[in-house]
Amino acid sequence: MSFDDAYGALTDHDDDARWAYGTGFADPLAGVPTAFSPAADRPALASYCLMLGDDALIMSHRLQEWVTRAPELEDEVAIANIALDLLGQARLLLTRAGEALGDGNEDALAYGRGPAEFRNVQLAERADPDFAHLVARLLAFSTWRLAVLDRLRDADDPVLAAVAAKAVKELTYHREYAAQWVIRLGDGTDLSRERMQSAVDALWPLLAELDHEPSPLAPKDWRPEFDAVMAHVLSTATLTAPVPVDNVAEPSDPSATFSPTQRGGGGGGARETELDLEAPASSAPTGRDGVHTPALAEVLDEMQSLARSVPGGVW
Amino acid sequence: MSRNAAEVAATVTDPEMPMLTLADLGVIREVREDGDGVVVTITPTYSGCPAMDEIRADLRRALAGAGYREVEVRTVLAPAWTTDWISAEGRAKLAAAGISPPGQAPRRPAGPVPLMLGTPRPAIACPQCGHPESEQIAAFSATACRELRRCPVCREPFEHVKEI
Repeated sequence: MSFDDAYGALTDHDDDARWAYGTGFADPLAGVPTAFSPAADRPALASYCLMLGDDALIMSHRLQEWVTRAPELEDEVAIANIALDLLGQARLLLTRAGEALGDGNEDALAYGRGPAEFRNVQLAERADPDFAHLVARLLAFSTWRLAVLDRLRDADDPVLAAVAAKAVKELTYHREYAAQWVIRLGDGTDLSRERMQSAVDALWPLLAELDHEPSPLAPKDWRPEFDAVMAHVLSTATLTAPVPVDNVAEPSDPSATFSPTQRGGGGGGARETELDLEAPASSAPTGRDGVHTPALAEVLDEMQSLARSVPGGVW
Repeated sequence: MSRNAAEVAATVTDPEMPMLTLADLGVIREVREDGDGVVVTITPTYSGCPAMDEIRADLRRALAGAGYREVEVRTVLAPAWTTDWISAEGRAKLAAAGISPPGQAPRRPAGPVPLMLGTPRPAIACPQCGHPESEQIAAFSATACRELRRCPVCREPFEHVKEI
C-alpha cells in the first residue's frame, strides 16, 4: 500500500488485510499464543470475555455516534480514538470468547446475536441526549473498566491478562478525557453546570447494575477505587452525587431517577425486555443476564444491518 | 540471500508514521530464521491499532521479496508495548518530521492508576522552533498514540507522541 494515495489503498488487491465487515480482515489474535491452561474453566472464561467484549463493543458504537456531532473537531477525533481503542479490545475479547467456546468467531458473535444474547451492562447501551450525558457515562464506564481490568492483569488466562494489561494504558487516557470534560462543564457556566449535574443525576441509577457481576472470574474489590475516583472528579467539578454511591438502590430524591426516553419501539429485535428502572435493585436481572433496554436493539439494528442483509458478503 | 531476515524486517516502515521503521518503533520482538523460512514476532502499539494487519502484510511482502519462502508473522500482547521502546534514532526521525517524540513513560505507582488531573507534566518543546514549552490543544490526534499541541511562540500546531 502506498502512503500518498488513499484510493490506491482501497483497491490494492495484493493486500490481503482489509479492515471492515466482509472485507476479509484477519483474526485479531493472529499469531498470539492462545493455548488454554489445563485447569481453565473454558465456559466461564468464554462467558466473562463475552461480557467484557460486549461492554466495549456497544460502548464503542455509542461513542462513534458522536463523531460529527461533538462540540469541537478535536473532540470528534478524541471520541473516535477512544471508540477505536474499545473496538480493538472488543475484537480481542470476542475472539478469545469464540476460542474458549470452541466455535464462533468475532464476526459471528458481533453480528449474529440478538439483544437477549448480548451480555453488556446497560450502562454501555444508553443513548446520550447531550454531550454532558456522554462524558458522564464515559467517566463511569472508563473508571469502572480501568479498575476491573487493572485487577485482571493477573488473570489465569494469559490472553485475558495480556488484553487487560494493554487496555489499562488506553483506559487511563479515556478516563482522563472524560474527567476533564466533566470538570470543565461542571465548574463552568451556570448553564453548563446545570446540564452536567442533570447528566450525573441521570447516570447514577445506572451504577447499581455494576455490582451485579455473575462471573466467578470477575474481580470483586473494584468499588472503593471507583467510588474514590468518581467522588474526586465530581467534587473538583463542583457537582454532587444524587445519593451515596453505595446506596443507589434507594434514591432519596425520586425525581432524580432515570426515566428511559425510548419506551416501546426498538426496531427489528423484539427479544429485549424492559426493566423497571425506577426501582433498580442489585438482585434484579441486568445486562449481564441478557436483559436490556430497547436502546440495545437500536444499536444492533444499525451495527448489524449490513451483516444481516448480506450474510457472508465480501467485497 | 543478501540480507538477513532481521535486517529486512527492521526496514519495513510503519503505515501511520512512515518516517519510522518497525525497528525504530520498537514493535519487532523477535526474528527467527529457519532455512528459507522466517518467523517474525511483533507487538501492537494499541489494542485497536488498525495498522496491525497492514504491518503483517508489509512484513510478509518484504520478506517474500527478499527470498524467504515461508514467512510467518506472530503477535505477542505481553508485555504491552511502551513508547520507551522507540529508539533514539526513531525519536530523531520524529522530531525531524515535526512530531514531538515521547518523553519517558510514567512509572506506575503502587495501588490504583492515579488520575492525572492537574498533575504537572514535563514541559514539551516545540519541534518547529525549539521553544521549551507548549500547550495541549487536544488529548488525541490523528491516531490514538498522538496528541495535538501548539507552540505559544511560533504558534505552530504540532503532534506529540504520548507516553504510554
